[in-house]
Amino acid sequence: MSTPLLEVVDLHAGYGAIEVLRGICVTVDEGEVVSLIGSNGAGKSTTLMSISQVVVPRRGDVRLAGESLIGLRPDEVIARGLVQVPEGRRVFARMTVLENLRMGAYLRRDADAIARDLRHVWELFPVMEERKSQLAGTLSGGEQQMLAIGRSLMSRPRLLMMDEPSMGIAPILVSRIFEAISRLNREGMTIFLVEQNARRALGLSRNGYVMETGRIAFSGPASALLGDPRVQSAYLGA
Amino acid sequence: MFDFEVLVQQLITGLSNGMIIALIAIGYTMVYGIIELINFAHGDVFMLGAFFALTLMGVLGMESWGPGGQAVGVAAMLVGSALFCGALNWSLDRVAYRALRRSSKLALLVSAIGCSFICMNLGLFWGGLPMDVFAGGVAAAAPKDFPALVPQVNLLGESFIRITPADALVFAVTIPLMVALTLMVNRTNLGRAMRAVAQDPVAASLMGIPVDRVIGATFFIGGALGGFASVVYSLYNNTIGFQMGTRAGLDAFTAAVLGGIGSLPGAVLGGLTIGCVRAMSDQYLETRWTNTIVFCILVLILIFRPSGILGSSRKEKV
Repeated sequence: MSTPLLEVVDLHAGYGAIEVLRGICVTVDEGEVVSLIGSNGAGKSTTLMSISQVVVPRRGDVRLAGESLIGLRPDEVIARGLVQVPEGRRVFARMTVLENLRMGAYLRRDADAIARDLRHVWELFPVMEERKSQLAGTLSGGEQQMLAIGRSLMSRPRLLMMDEPSMGIAPILVSRIFEAISRLNREGMTIFLVEQNARRALGLSRNGYVMETGRIAFSGPASALLGDPRVQSAYLGA
Repeated sequence: MFDFEVLVQQLITGLSNGMIIALIAIGYTMVYGIIELINFAHGDVFMLGAFFALTLMGVLGMESWGPGGQAVGVAAMLVGSALFCGALNWSLDRVAYRALRRSSKLALLVSAIGCSFICMNLGLFWGGLPMDVFAGGVAAAAPKDFPALVPQVNLLGESFIRITPADALVFAVTIPLMVALTLMVNRTNLGRAMRAVAQDPVAASLMGIPVDRVIGATFFIGGALGGFASVVYSLYNNTIGFQMGTRAGLDAFTAAVLGGIGSLPGAVLGGLTIGCVRAMSDQYLETRWTNTIVFCILVLILIFRPSGILGSSRKEKV
């Protein structure tokens, strides 16, 4: 069996005296979409922040293609190709769309490839090219989400982690975002997707993890989770 | 009768001093913009820059150089003090501030006040070194003469209004620096990274921006501008002392707040305003009221418009 692209083993993390993650284990194979679903406050965002080493894990290991990321700075994690689209988008509001995208390519020096990736972002989200000189703070929520995804793509990730990309966005744009995610995956991108919109997330995914108060409650193939009564009653509103 | 020429003369003085204040104010505003810290040591870093320049002048014996040599000497002091103050300011961040990044803003502020005292005492010690430029160092705390390498002649000839080479030097140094800084912040990768860190450090780190290094660079650049300012100030005023950083620092801090803390054009506007207000107060009121007026401006701004003239208090879409 080949090494998984992302391996999270017994991850513990918290803030001060509060322990948020109590032993998270997740595996993402190359080329897959894997979803992490769960209710508010379960620790989904903290999981991503700990994988990115923005929150320093207290115990456990995070391995990208077999190499541990523990002890690295966040920028070193990104340089290795593990990139996160943060919750709430967090675009740089007082910078233009183009400047935001350039920030995504901050660590890169390959001007030609950067220009190619920029064209790829324009192709994925044509509205971004129309608005490239506009300040990001003036975009709608859905457009900001597109920008946040585009910005992360500009760093050429091997694995893209997305935190609640559909949160607070008009339904029509939610469909656009999920279409983009599925297209990126068809083009070969590995994606670890954190979502409250469990139906759509699992619909795209191969495997899913269900998180409850700092632990993975259960996991399995996405199709099985969609049919699981525990998932249906708690997250699918069935 | 109202003397128009006196008013013009005071405006020239005010603008020259204002440009120097503005250059120091940029150091406050840049650091505040990026980590929301009033770097109280900044004025004292500026003061140490002046001591460094005077020491350089003494060690190299610049006073005995010819006019061409002295021009080179001025350039050497500008570059030397800029590098010295940049490195010093960077070190303060590295040693005294970086460890407190996740602590309360108050802890950071207290650390900055401590750094201010340390730097000031360093200046007191420095002035006591047995060197000719420090008058043998017998009176460490006494103000030191800073030789006027830039001649005090009137560039306008016999005219009543005086513009000296020192005035010219102030503008020749400060304006290109401000233009260069603006271009750097708006057009370069480092400048964009500085703005990104200022807006959202977490998002910046998630984009691979080495946040601590960008903050360090900000301290270096802000300090270096203070270093340039210290040499220009010293050549303009011809006296330096270990307490000069306190007053210059408070003028510059007031300028930064007046213009809108965090805003570069605001710092320049605030600096020019404070410079002119000082000159007018010196001329038409009394010198002893000048500091009072500056601090009244600071208090009034903080009460009625804490975001300053150009600062924004608008909320961004979340």
